[in-house]
Order: sequence, then C-alpha cells, then structure tokens
Amino acid sequence: MFADWPILSLTIWLPIIGGLLVLASGNKAANATRWTALIISVLTFIVSLPLYSSFDTSTSNMQFVERAPWITLFNIEYYLGVDGISMPLIILTTFITVFVIIAAWEVIQYKPASYLAAFLIMEGVMVGVFSALDAMLFYVFWEAMLIPMFLIIGVWGGPNRVYATIKFFLYTFFGSVFMLVALIYMYFQSGSFDILGYHDLKLGLSEQILIFIAFLLAFAVKVPMWPVHTWLPDAHVEAPTGGSVILAAIMLKIGGYGFLRFSLPISPDASHQLDWLIISLSLIAVVYIGFVALVQQDMKKLIAYSSIAHMGFVTLGFFIVFTISANPTAETGAMLGVEGGMVQMVSHGFISAALFLCVGVLYDRVHSREISSYGGVVHTMPIFAGFMVFFAMANAGLPGTSGFVGEFMVILASLRADFWYAFLAATTLILGAAYTLWMVKRVVFGEVGNNNVAALQDINHRELLILGSLALAVLLLGLWPGPLVEVMDASIANLLKHIAVSKL
Amino acid sequence: MQFEMPSLIPVLPELFLLTMTCVVLVVDLFLKEEQRIVSYGIAQASLLLAIAVVYLTGSREAEVLFYGSIVRDPMGDVLKMAIYLIGAGAFLYSKDYLLDRNLFKGEFYVLGLFAVLGMTVMVSANSFLTVYLGLELLALSLYALVAFDRDSKIGSEAAMKYFVLGALASGMLLYGISMIYGATGSVEFQPVAGAVAQTGKDNMVLIFGLVFVVIGLAFKFGAVPLHMWVPDVYHGAPTAVTLFIGSTPKIAAFALAMRLLVDGLEPLHADWQGMLVILAVLSMAIGNVIAIAQTNIKRMLAYSTISHVGFILLGILAGTSKGYTSAMFYSIVYALMALGGFGIVMLASRRGFEAENLEDYKGLHDRSPWFAAMMLLLMFSMAGVPPTVGFFAKMFVLEAVISIDMTWLALVGVFFSIIGVYYYLRIVKLMYFDKPTDETPLTAGLDTRIALTVNGLLMLVLGMFPATILSVCARAIGSS
Repeated sequence: MFADWPILSLTIWLPIIGGLLVLASGNKAANATRWTALIISVLTFIVSLPLYSSFDTSTSNMQFVERAPWITLFNIEYYLGVDGISMPLIILTTFITVFVIIAAWEVIQYKPASYLAAFLIMEGVMVGVFSALDAMLFYVFWEAMLIPMFLIIGVWGGPNRVYATIKFFLYTFFGSVFMLVALIYMYFQSGSFDILGYHDLKLGLSEQILIFIAFLLAFAVKVPMWPVHTWLPDAHVEAPTGGSVILAAIMLKIGGYGFLRFSLPISPDASHQLDWLIISLSLIAVVYIGFVALVQQDMKKLIAYSSIAHMGFVTLGFFIVFTISANPTAETGAMLGVEGGMVQMVSHGFISAALFLCVGVLYDRVHSREISSYGGVVHTMPIFAGFMVFFAMANAGLPGTSGFVGEFMVILASLRADFWYAFLAATTLILGAAYTLWMVKRVVFGEVGNNNVAALQDINHRELLILGSLALAVLLLGLWPGPLVEVMDASIANLLKHIAVSKL
Repeated sequence: MQFEMPSLIPVLPELFLLTMTCVVLVVDLFLKEEQRIVSYGIAQASLLLAIAVVYLTGSREAEVLFYGSIVRDPMGDVLKMAIYLIGAGAFLYSKDYLLDRNLFKGEFYVLGLFAVLGMTVMVSANSFLTVYLGLELLALSLYALVAFDRDSKIGSEAAMKYFVLGALASGMLLYGISMIYGATGSVEFQPVAGAVAQTGKDNMVLIFGLVFVVIGLAFKFGAVPLHMWVPDVYHGAPTAVTLFIGSTPKIAAFALAMRLLVDGLEPLHADWQGMLVILAVLSMAIGNVIAIAQTNIKRMLAYSTISHVGFILLGILAGTSKGYTSAMFYSIVYALMALGGFGIVMLASRRGFEAENLEDYKGLHDRSPWFAAMMLLLMFSMAGVPPTVGFFAKMFVLEAVISIDMTWLALVGVFFSIIGVYYYLRIVKLMYFDKPTDETPLTAGLDTRIALTVNGLLMLVLGMFPATILSVCARAIGSS
C-alpha cells in the first residue's frame, strides 16, 4: 500500500526541514527544542518503516522509485530508489539517529538546538546518500554530509577538535573529488548520470582500473581502510558522543555501501584484477589494527581502532568473491562473503554505536576517556556494567550476538577462498576478544579505582532506554538474522551475477 | 554618418545609464553634505531601471549595429543584467561603510556607474576597438576608485601600481589588436574571423597578435602570471571598492574573453586553448597555494579570486557551447559569492576598525549567529562543497574539460581545489570554533541585513536549483 508514496523523499526531507526548524527555534527554549527534535526523529523512523514492511524481497529491482528531472541540460535527475543493499542501511540510519537525539538530552548544554539540528540534517543527508540513484545526486549528498559533521566535531568536540575536524574534512574531501571526475567521465560514456546505467556501461580494462582507483580513494577513506584510516581515531576521540556514534554506525557504512553500489558493478574486471590489493589491505586492517587497538589507553580510540578492524571484515567479505568464484567447488561461498559483509555492517552499526554511548555515559560522569581513570565501575554502576560487558562481548564476536553472525559468515566464506585468508581473518576472534575484554576488565572490574568511580551514579531511565534498545537489537540480529539476510538476498544474488560477467 | 531612432533602441541601456550617470554628476553638485543619500538613490534606481530597460528592449536574435561596432545579443543581455544587479548590490553593501568613513561622496557613484557603463560597452562590443573603449572606461574609473580614500597611503600605492600595470596591459592589448588588424585588415569580429579562417592558422603575425591579446585578457582577469596587481589592489583599496572590483568585473572579463577569443578569433581556438591551459593551471596552483599563507582576509580573497579565474578559464578553453555556458555560470556565481564575502567583511568592520585580519573573525558565530551562517554558506560555496552552488559551478566546468578529453586538466583542477578547501575551512573554524576576542555586536542597516541574507541563502537555493541560472546561460550562449 505504500509503494506509491514518496517515502524516500519524506525520509530525506522530513529531518532536514525539521532540523532547519529546530535550528530556527534558537537555543533559548532548550527543552521544547529537544522534544521537537525527538518527535521529528521518531517520526522519521516511523516514516522509514514501510521501506521494510512493504519491501518486495523477491526482486532485485529498485523499489520505491522516485524520478524527476533536476538539471536537464546535463541530464541530472532527482532519482531515488532502494534495493536490498541500501534499505537496511536506511533503517539503521533512522533508528540510530533517534538514540543520538536522546543521548544528547541533558548532556549537551552548549547550543543544544544547533547540535540537534545538525544531527537531523545529517540524518536526511545520509538517507539521501543511500537512496540516490543518480550519480550527481549521490555526490551532492555524499559531500553535504561533511558540513554538519565538520561543525559537530569542531563546535562540540574535545580539546584537540580543530585539528581532528579539519583532518577529517580534508581526508574525505580528498578522497571524493577524484570520484567526481570518474563520475563525470562516465557521464560522457553513457550520456546520463544514472547509476544503474553505469552498471551496464562497457568499459575497457585500463579505464576500469582508473575508475576503480578513483572510487577506491573515496571509499577507502570513508571505510576507512589502512593506510588512510588515521583520521578516524582523531575524529572519534575529539567528537562528542553523538558524533562518534553517527561516524561509526553510519558514515563508515557509506564507504562499504559505495563498494557494492559503484566499484564492484561498474568496474568488475578491475575489481577482479585488483582484488588482491583490497584483500591485503583488509587483512592488514584486521590483524595490524587489532594489535594497535590492544595498546590504546583511551577508550574511544580503542573502539575507533576496533571499528577499523571490523570494517576490514566488510571489505574482505566483498572482495573475496572473485577468488571464490574461481574455485568451482565452492558454489554459495561468494554469496556468503558479501552477505556476511553486509550483516557485519549493520551489526557493527549497532555495536559500535552502543559502545560509544557506553563511553559517553562514563565520560559524562567523570570527564575522562582514559582507561586508567576507571576501575571497578561494576561496584557503583551494576546495571551499566552489565550492558557494557554485553556490548563488549558482542564486539568480540560472542555467538548469540550480531557481532558473531557477520564475522562468522565472512570467515566461512574466506575459508572457501583461501585457507590463509581465513586464518588471518580468524585472528580477530582472539585479538578482538583481547582488546575489548581487557578494556572491560580494566574499566569495569577490579577494585574501585578512585574517588570519582566511587561517586558514580548508575544509569538513569534515559540511558537505560538507549542501551536497552540497542542491546535488544544486537541480540535479535544475533539470534535471528533471517529477516535481514532475506531482504538482501535477491539484490546480492543479482550483484554477483552481474560482476561475474566481464565487461570487456 | 547619420543615426536613425530605431537603431538607437538596442543601445538604449547604455544610453540610459550614461544619461543617468551625468544626472548623478550634476545633481550631486547641488546637494548638501547630509543630502548625499539622493545621489545614492539615483544611482541605485538607475541600475535597477537599466535592468528593466535591457529586459524590455531585448530580442532573441543577435543584432549588429553601428557599422559593425556594437552587437546586441541574448548573451550580452544576460551578462548586462547580472552586472547591473550585482553592481547595485555592491552599492548597497558599501553605503554604510562609506558613511562611517566620510567617503560617502557623489563621485563614488559617478565613478562606479562609469565603470559599470564601461563593462556593458565591453559586453556589447563587436569590434576590437569597441572592446578597447569599454575596457579603458572601466579601467580608468577603477584606478580612481582604488585611490578613493585619498588620505590612505596604501590606497594610493595600490592605485598607482594598478594604473601603471593596467596601462601596460592595455598597451599590450592594443598592440595585439594592431597586429591582428595588420594581418586581417579589419577590427570587426566577423571579418577578422573570416579572414583568419581563410589565411590559415600559420600566419605568424596573427599568432603574435593573439599572444598579446591573451596577455591583455589575462591581466584583466588577474590570471597568473599577470596577477601581481590583484592582491595589492584588493588589499589597498577601501573595502567598498574591493567589493566592487572583486565582483562585477569578473563577469565583464568573461565577456571580454568571449568577444575577443570566441567571436573574433574562434578559428585560432587550438592556439589560444593551449595558452589558456597554462594560465588556468598556474592560476589554480598559485592562487590556492599562496592563499593559505595569507593572514589578511582581503588578500586571501584576492588569491582565491585568482584560483577561481583559473576555473573560469577552464570553461572557456574547452571551446564548446557547454563550456562557455559553464564559464558564464561560473563567473556570475563567482560574482555573487565575492559580493557576499566582501559584504560580510564590511559588516564586520565599523568606524575606526577594519576587520581585515583573519583573527578578527574569531567567534563571529557568538557575535552574530545568522551572519556567521551566511559567511559559512559563502565560504563552502567558494570551496565548492555541495549542496552550495559553488560546487555546481566547478562541476559544470570540469564537465566541459572532460568532454574535450582533457581529463588530466580536470584532475589538476580538483587537486588544487582540495588545497583550496583548507583556507576556506580556516575561516569557518575561526568563526565557529574559536571564542571571540572582540565582543562588539555587529550592526547594520535593515537593507544590508536583508541583502546579505538573500545573498547567503542564494548560495543554498541556487545549489538546490542550479538549473534556473544554468538554463538562462545555456539559452544565451546557444542563440549567440
């Protein structure tokens, strides 16, 4: 029944216009502003739900399509639509944003209206990124994302925020401009900016390789992959809690999404040729960054590095498909890899968001992110400690949580590709457990470390609501990933069929 | 030589503006010091009426008049309307600034209107001599305007520098024109183009002439390596004048390039394309890199202008109608951005205090959230970040370059624009992330507030609907 409604446009513009309203309402009546922002975000989430409930899982075609001319001279369209790859990410976006708004409730006292407005506008823009089917529209949303994030880190961030935010902006901008050139180049080959048209575009190998590299620059910075990951720990450490949550939970996923929407289908032959590169970078991310995470003293930095390692799984899952397809005995392995990557993205969205919110809870009380400032939190905050341990377990890939599903699928798939891939990838089960659980041990357990910890109050209803909902999501996805896998089945099968055919 | 009335209708906008300028000149003589506002009013009214005159007398066909020295075509009409409108905006922003500094004099408006007239003559030129006429009218008015604050040492120095270098460049242009005349026997564009196409492209004198014409053009644009005057003039001139020089003359320079290179020397496209490539790359490189080192916002914006000129040249050198369209779009958008940017600089200044240093913008967000937001939009637009219109300006130009298989040039362009982003971000950083050192609230008249608001929001609105201006530009280029 919702198929004819402009649901995507609503999900994009409702938060953006709502955000502008919140911004206009000013910082005076803070409480009214908070409620308005919350209502808008909840409304957006509700509006986005039909995308799931009315989603047709039997087809890989774009659904909820909206198409209107935008800049006719260059054949640029306002063209939206979702398939099984983008739809879960949109729901993730609208879901997480609600909690970001709630998490800011009493915590943000400096210009709360601007803060909330920035997140609402961001939400709309991110949904736009996931639903754009016109390359130029995609690019506009993609870049527009930077402005609110730049301000969020810069205005509400920690002491070193200016360095972090400028680094974040320049890194991402650097990556994306080359993508712009590639997009325009393909416009001249295909005559329009239609992304699906790009998929069917015949391109020579050297063209494909250049295009692939242009995309890689954009997406690798966003994911982020080693060695262009260095902006992420800085940005995470300095960003306010909400900023870290959005960065980790959604913005990183945009890079992964880009690989599936652009790199693989547009340049399949180049992806095949260069898959060793991505696989090596992914494995370096998994193993090396795992070790780096181990030595972190700062909780946010530790989670940031763990994000990089987990995203390494995503890219690994996406790019082992060529090796698997070359192996005739492994039939469904390729499917498993890509789906595992997708599940990992969604699951990491929940877990990293929850972990950053946990750190936020502690930071709001003690104003320190150093692991050494804590110890024995369980004695004063038992409920919180329970949640933190749970999310840490999920991050380490405990079976029964969503963290396990994605990692397991990818490891299983890589085993069909090459034993050593699987071996290296599986080290994360040890490393991930080591760095997360060691952090938890030092922060949560042991003797009460100091007077600050002794004076801690356990979480209030607001925080309970946030962490509880996320815990539920993590558990649900871990025990019953069926519904998520089901929606993306058709799209991923189609994608794999598409990339199996050489464009040469 | 006899003129008939109907043949005067197409040049009515210029005649009207000339008359009104003289009216301002005369009326101003009879005004008391506190009545100067009347001169301002007449100047503004005549600019706005001139838009109407252009609109009413415009036609869809190109029309060549006065024995081939003037052309009236849709491209000229659009450019003229943009020049009038942005010129009026410049007058509006500068009113309070001039009042505060005892510079509110009728001469400002007379000189300003003459400059505008010079630009429009250039826009409607159909022969090398008319171009030169308009150019000199513009340049002489600007020299005087730069030295408008006659007690300012730095202003006089800038004016002197501008004059000497400008005269040299005009001389070069004229020299080039004389060679082209020698090679082709004409100064009108169509006969020149015809003769060039016939005599072939290997004519040494012709190429020599072209080189000098391009040098003159590059000077007027402020393209590297003929950019030396730009920072000094922007810095030395009173900000009101900087605003004026920084905005509309870029549109006029675009027209100049279109008339000289495209209307007059189209057959030599391959030759001037190579020259413009060098100018464009150097401008983007030097402009963006040196802007980072600036601590004075006027100088920073001067170098930023140079880099934007590089982008405008990219559109022109493509030599396709889409390329010209994108360059036209870029120059109009750039004029709007510069107008707003310097408008904020003037807003942040007050009597006895020039907000010239970057430090003066610290904490602007705390002092005036609204105008800080407008400046934010303007800065992101200059940096070319979507969803502001500056992005589309850059994108269309890149598209033009890629369409002629010069993808490497597009890559060079985007590379330098990454470097450029840094210094625009720095302004945003100062405004938003730093605490103010100076708590004086910003004051401005209602007219300035409204104009700045419209100007800032226009960056966003045009960014969402770039097709509005773009289609006007495309139609104008397509039919000329």
